[in-house]
Amino acid sequence: MSDIAMNPQTGTMTVPDVHHDEHGHHHHESFVTKYIFSQDHKMISKQFLITGMMWAIIGGLFSVFFRMQLGYPDQTFPWMEDILGRWAEGGRIKAEFYYALVTMHGTVLVFFVLTAGLSGTFSNLLIPLQVGARDMASPMLNMLSYWFFFLAGIVMLSSLFVQTGPFSGGWTAYPPLSAVGEMSQGSKTGADLWIVSMALFVVSSLLGGLNYIATVLNMRTKGMTMTRLPLTIWAFFFTAVLGVLSFPVLFSGFILLLFDRNLGTSFYLSEIYVQATQSALPNEGGSAILYQHLFWFLGHPEVYIILLPAMGMASEIISVNSRKPIFGYMAMIGSLFAIAILAFLVWAHHMFVTGLNPFLGSVFVLLTLLIAVPSAIKVFNWLTTLWRGNIRFTPGMLFAIGFVSLFISGGLTGIFLGNSALDIHLHDTYFVIAHFHIVMGVASFFGMFAGVYHWFPKMYGRYMNNTLGYIHFWGTLICAYLIFWPMHYEGLAGMPRRYYDYSQWQSFKQFGGLNEFITIFAIISFALQLLFVFNFFFSIFKGRKLTTPNPWNANTLEWTTPINAGHGNWPGDIPEVYRWAYDYGKDGVDHIPQTQPVGANESHH
Amino acid sequence: MTESKRIHPHKFTLWVAMASIVMMFAGLTSAYIVKRGQTNWQGFDLPLIFTYSTMVIIASSITMQLAIKKFKDRQMLQYRWLLVITALLGVVFMVMQFTGFNILNQRGIKLIGRGSNVSGSFLAVIAGMHMLHVLGGIIALAVMLGKAFSTRNRTYTAVPVEVLGTYWHFVDGLWIYLFIFLKWIS
Ligand code: HEM
Ligand SMILES: [Cu+2]
Repeated sequence: MSDIAMNPQTGTMTVPDVHHDEHGHHHHESFVTKYIFSQDHKMISKQFLITGMMWAIIGGLFSVFFRMQLGYPDQTFPWMEDILGRWAEGGRIKAEFYYALVTMHGTVLVFFVLTAGLSGTFSNLLIPLQVGARDMASPMLNMLSYWFFFLAGIVMLSSLFVQTGPFSGGWTAYPPLSAVGEMSQGSKTGADLWIVSMALFVVSSLLGGLNYIATVLNMRTKGMTMTRLPLTIWAFFFTAVLGVLSFPVLFSGFILLLFDRNLGTSFYLSEIYVQATQSALPNEGGSAILYQHLFWFLGHPEVYIILLPAMGMASEIISVNSRKPIFGYMAMIGSLFAIAILAFLVWAHHMFVTGLNPFLGSVFVLLTLLIAVPSAIKVFNWLTTLWRGNIRFTPGMLFAIGFVSLFISGGLTGIFLGNSALDIHLHDTYFVIAHFHIVMGVASFFGMFAGVYHWFPKMYGRYMNNTLGYIHFWGTLICAYLIFWPMHYEGLAGMPRRYYDYSQWQSFKQFGGLNEFITIFAIISFALQLLFVFNFFFSIFKGRKLTTPNPWNANTLEWTTPINAGHGNWPGDIPEVYRWAYDYGKDGVDHIPQTQPVGANESHH
Repeated sequence: MTESKRIHPHKFTLWVAMASIVMMFAGLTSAYIVKRGQTNWQGFDLPLIFTYSTMVIIASSITMQLAIKKFKDRQMLQYRWLLVITALLGVVFMVMQFTGFNILNQRGIKLIGRGSNVSGSFLAVIAGMHMLHVLGGIIALAVMLGKAFSTRNRTYTAVPVEVLGTYWHFVDGLWIYLFIFLKWIS
């Protein structure tokens, strides 16, 4: 089986390597090569998923802690001191640690969970399976991609245990907080570890992205033309392109940051007086705004890196479970493409209030609002696919529909923010928090859940428990809206984000009750996610077993592999493909797999 | 038959990786342009040694190309020597770049540390990051040489050499771009 690793060319052909596969399956797989340093994309995908889940629990727990502070600013909780020690002396989170928690929550969820955990899991699982390849273009790089991610996680985790605490300057790591050690406790070792961890993470993303692109373009099975690819693959493909082109720019921003931190340069620093040490810094001529440009040139594509995989999976799952072809397949690809292009042209909408030239700002307003067009096309197509479908409400399907709902709600508030005049009022308020949590955070989580419920049978040969799935879905949906909807009002009323204690302000005191309400539902929502985690691990060992390789009667190639397929995916030849992935209910036939040749008197799609 | 026309996945991966590297330098050079337009920018002339180092790296590209050709002709002795020369030229290039930094420092243009100006720091970062990419190429050349000298492994496929060659030319071209950029912009 080592041929797969050595000779990636095999994936593109059906003939060679076949006799090799027929006898000896994966010979001599030790525990280490099978479960730890595995080069099988399916195992790497599970590694990404489970690591991502661990991070989701950690990152989610952080938010529970800081929500306790926001919901009950005047109370103390001794149990928090038991867990957090001196960071929550007397049962109340210290201000410094509050900022560290917010920062870590953002970093972990955005990068470790919704980037690595989402795209890492499903690109790895589905790209080779759905394009018809035995593995990735380079299984070795793929394995390295996971281990760089793992290492990034270890470094980030270690920053929680250093004396001065983890980085606390926000997930965007703007200088000077990120560039000058004396600025705050979190700007010291914590910031160094944050940057190192993120650099490792960038390497991981690049290695992964390279592979995804190479595999989609080079390793498709016979007959799998680009326009026969399932929309999942198109989404992962554009995600990878966005990552490969935008992460290096973030990297360049980090390099300049490292120079400023450690080598006394002044890229981002100018005329700074540090309160804590009562001293002026010698740096002159730098500009903190420069960092913001470099950061948001990644930062905005990054939000689409998080969203596109969810879009792709929702498209696939909605079509399969409506038993209807996806509506507007080409329009779906076109809109993905448009979003990918526009993602590079709108970064300055995060910088409307940085003193950006208003005329330049208006260009960015226009480009930003243009994103609404492809977004609306996608929403329209999902709804039309659902329309008069023969809908099966599996948990996966419910989460996919929930994704659409959340994307609509959160996209609408994006249109508010995209207008620079409105943004002057809304910037850095809870309105922004509400916007991006709904449209990116929760929506992409829903896409991920949809994917997990839907492809769990492929990953583990068993089903997840449906009842727990339904509780998980409805509970999470209700909590998500109850948590984030009220934040729009707080934001419109001018309540800023990232404050430690709002009860100190006359104008925000009125939201005390609302903040408590939000905290309660945040805790319930966290508990519901633990239910999901339980369901996941329980089902791996005790879930109902699959009896058929194609449980959802889907058309795509992954379901033509055996249950619990080995390394190489197909025991015999890689199947050939004759049609697109969405022949559901065609000519009165429930579904026609992609591997079935087109019949003589079949109608055209 | 049709497969042979397809680009080898490793070569393709390299092309995507190169696009990615280009983006990193695009980030740095755009930052340079943005900063140049702001106050407190002290321009300076590039020392002549950077012109010479450019010639050296161009020469190394030529030897690299010859090495690939010799490999394909199975003239392994020349192939090995050309790899050695290419790697040495790479080392010379790096030494020259470093000398360039020192010359600037002697002229009183501090690149890093207290009293440094952003324009000099940018040169350090941009040329420094480029040097790291050259270093990566030199290491790859060393690995390739190790393989060429080992008697146990006999490789007939030109793909690894070609991949390395493409990368080497890329790093060369990248420097030419950066050189023109640095010379022309400042
Ligand atoms: C019609 C579409 C959208 C528009 C017009 C839009 C517009 C905006 C604008 C103008 C901001 C900056 C607000 C401020 O800081 O003052 C913003 C913030 C944000 N948006 Fe969107 N957005 C849209 C869709 C999305 C999507 C689809 C995602 C993610 C998948 C997303 C994720 C974010 C994030 C993460 C932030 C805040 C980052 C931060 O400051 O911490 N947005 N959006
Ligand atoms: Cu944005």
